Amino acid sequence: MRHSLTAFWNYLSPSLGAVVVGVGLLWISTDGGTALTDESARRVRIEQQTPLLPAFVLEDMRGDTVVIGADGGHTQSPTVVEFIYTSCPTICQSAGAPYARLRDRLDTDGLGGNVRLLSVSFDPNSDDAPALQNYARLHKADGDIWNVARIDSNDFAAVKSAFGLRIIADEWGGYQHNVAMLIIDPVGRLVKAFDNEDVEGVYDYLESKHYAPS
Amino acid sequence: MIISKASTMRHRELIIAVVLFMGLVVFGQSLEVSPVTHMLVLLPGLAISGALLGIGLRVDRIQIDEANANGVILIAVGFIFFWMLPRYIDASLVTVTFGILKYLSIPIFVGVLMALGWGRANPYLRGFLKANALSMLGVLSFLYTHAPVRICNSYLVSAQENLGVAFLWTAIFLALVWSYPLFFPKASRSVLRQ
Repeated sequence: MRHSLTAFWNYLSPSLGAVVVGVGLLWISTDGGTALTDESARRVRIEQQTPLLPAFVLEDMRGDTVVIGADGGHTQSPTVVEFIYTSCPTICQSAGAPYARLRDRLDTDGLGGNVRLLSVSFDPNSDDAPALQNYARLHKADGDIWNVARIDSNDFAAVKSAFGLRIIADEWGGYQHNVAMLIIDPVGRLVKAFDNEDVEGVYDYLESKHYAPS
Repeated sequence: MIISKASTMRHRELIIAVVLFMGLVVFGQSLEVSPVTHMLVLLPGLAISGALLGIGLRVDRIQIDEANANGVILIAVGFIFFWMLPRYIDASLVTVTFGILKYLSIPIFVGVLMALGWGRANPYLRGFLKANALSMLGVLSFLYTHAPVRICNSYLVSAQENLGVAFLWTAIFLALVWSYPLFFPKASRSVLRQ
């Protein structure tokens, strides 16, 4: 009996060793099984590193200046940012609906005075002020809590790298890009990324950070 | 090591391995344009070049028993899993480090290790792995054709759907190839295996 057990163990141990090494490698390389895709890896990275963003000067749909990121040490309202391009036929349009729900929720609960929502176009050459206004009108973003803006075309590479945006051209002259609701804290750190449908998650997070008036 | 004399090597396999590998390096970027050729031509091609390298270098002369052969092919399976993670497919397209890692780790840790262990591993393990490969391709095919989300940031949704369809055809093709010996009596099977 003892002998056969030893033989069994001797036969099995190389396979067990290989499986342990393999599972360990996969465990480490997927952040503990949580990040199988590039997008989920970006979200884990944001949460772990909470990078301080450089100040980016945006132009909103009224032509006014909006600053996101570390603005010379000034504290700002915590900001939820979602990157879009307004001629996007698919996900940027459907992303508008959860954003509207979030705005309504913030508005009724009084958080809206403290938190700002931004839809930011990464395509400033096509998205001029009328295009931004059009998108805002379509989704009833009044510029009060929820504002629509565009990046400076010179900042494209810097914005892409700071936020981990991956943008590729699609078949119809538009783009496909990774989408998330990104939260910037009052000192300008990128602290968390949520799925673009996860209104509850964003709201609970904002509330837990006491951004709501008590 | 057993590998000592050049005359003991299989030159034909070595030459094909090197030519194939160089070809994949040269045409790699064109193959990476579509996930279909990336996943079904480039990556298997790298594994095959590594396997031919192993055969050419006569890894069959390295003495390992069945138990160790099982372990060896399971390590190779671990690397196959790694290179099926969308995260690292993206990383290999964006970062130089993972790009180089792809071209080196697949021939060595998938190709050479399979050449070393596959023929001597437990037949039931081999059958288990084949069956899992088929079902995995089927599951991924369903996922890629029906997933509402983009899995790779480097590829369009339409390309992801193409890959799903291609995975299904691959599963059907492999199922036919692997079940082919079933249609022959035992006596002729050893011939088929050559």
